[in-house]
Amino acid sequence: MSDAQLKDPPPADDAAEAESPPGRVRKPIGWSMISILVLVLICAGLVYRRDGADGVIEILTHDLSLFGGILPRALAGCLLGAFIAEILPHEKVSRSVGPKSGLKGLLIGTAFGAILPGGPFTAYPVAAALLTVGADFGATIAMVVSWTLIGYGRAVAWELPIMGTEFTLWRIVISLPLPVLAGALGRFVYARVYPNGAPE
Amino acid sequence: MSAALLIDILLWGSVAGVGFIAWRRGRTVLVSSLREGSLEFANIMPRIAIGVVGSGYIAAVIPQEVITGWLGPDSGWLGVATAVIAGAATPGGPVVGFSIGAVALKAGGGPPQVIAYVVAWALFAFQRVILWEIPFMPARFVWFRAAVSVPFPFLAAAIAMAIGKP
Repeated sequence: MSDAQLKDPPPADDAAEAESPPGRVRKPIGWSMISILVLVLICAGLVYRRDGADGVIEILTHDLSLFGGILPRALAGCLLGAFIAEILPHEKVSRSVGPKSGLKGLLIGTAFGAILPGGPFTAYPVAAALLTVGADFGATIAMVVSWTLIGYGRAVAWELPIMGTEFTLWRIVISLPLPVLAGALGRFVYARVYPNGAPE
Repeated sequence: MSAALLIDILLWGSVAGVGFIAWRRGRTVLVSSLREGSLEFANIMPRIAIGVVGSGYIAAVIPQEVITGWLGPDSGWLGVATAVIAGAATPGGPVVGFSIGAVALKAGGGPPQVIAYVVAWALFAFQRVILWEIPFMPARFVWFRAAVSVPFPFLAAAIAMAIGKP
């Protein structure tokens, strides 16, 4: 096995985002979340100025009930991702969807994204699991883009009834090449941005 | 409601399926993945909370009418570019996104522009990125994925113009 190329470079000191499965520590709140939090607070302030406390509370109660509904699904998604990360043989994964998997890896990612059941609560945890077990950015991008553009779930449930059959079918036909192209572009850019492999 | 139930059955069925495979590999495999999954969930919960509760406020500040206004009868590439921005800025879930697309089609928006809108919404809708993609995926991946996806709504519009469909 060309193990040397497949393995990630040794983690840098601050790489607490370590890929080591037992107790993968991740900071619950990072910079992305802080900026989102600031944006949210600003928007909540604007809502308060426009609609008063009632408006703020109304949105809060609505979203809290939404949150309650989402929680069990998010748990299911996390468990699914964890099981997949545990079950899939890393070596095989990096061979079939790793950095050296070529067009075949992008096609596998695309197919996987297209058939994945469920909504974002499955797609993203599973995509994260694939990254952990050795898929490269390119194949994972192909998977995520394929799930969002040609996955049947959203198209059947929402797009078909709202946009009509003709539009939906043509939209999907036009989208067919995009996941592979996005994955290929991802690999192309990745190799130039990180010529020495992932910085983690 | 039944669609949601079906999704839940499918989802927990898949969890049970892979859980069963893990259990057959041995108890330790099952226990460690259960622990790993729950830890991940506990880590992600605060971020989902910020995302879910927060996106409601962001959506309230960006009303639908603003987005519909952007999707005017502007045709050509300027219209495509506006549609892409509108897609990324559309608040709410799939009903809102597709309804705006349908309204734009009926109001005389060009099909390539509407294609660009729907594809951009699928790729960049800020609410899905904030609520789901950033909490679950490494942030570096999310920004990378989004940056690499930028040409594709334009490409989709170009294909639609070239084949003259839908």
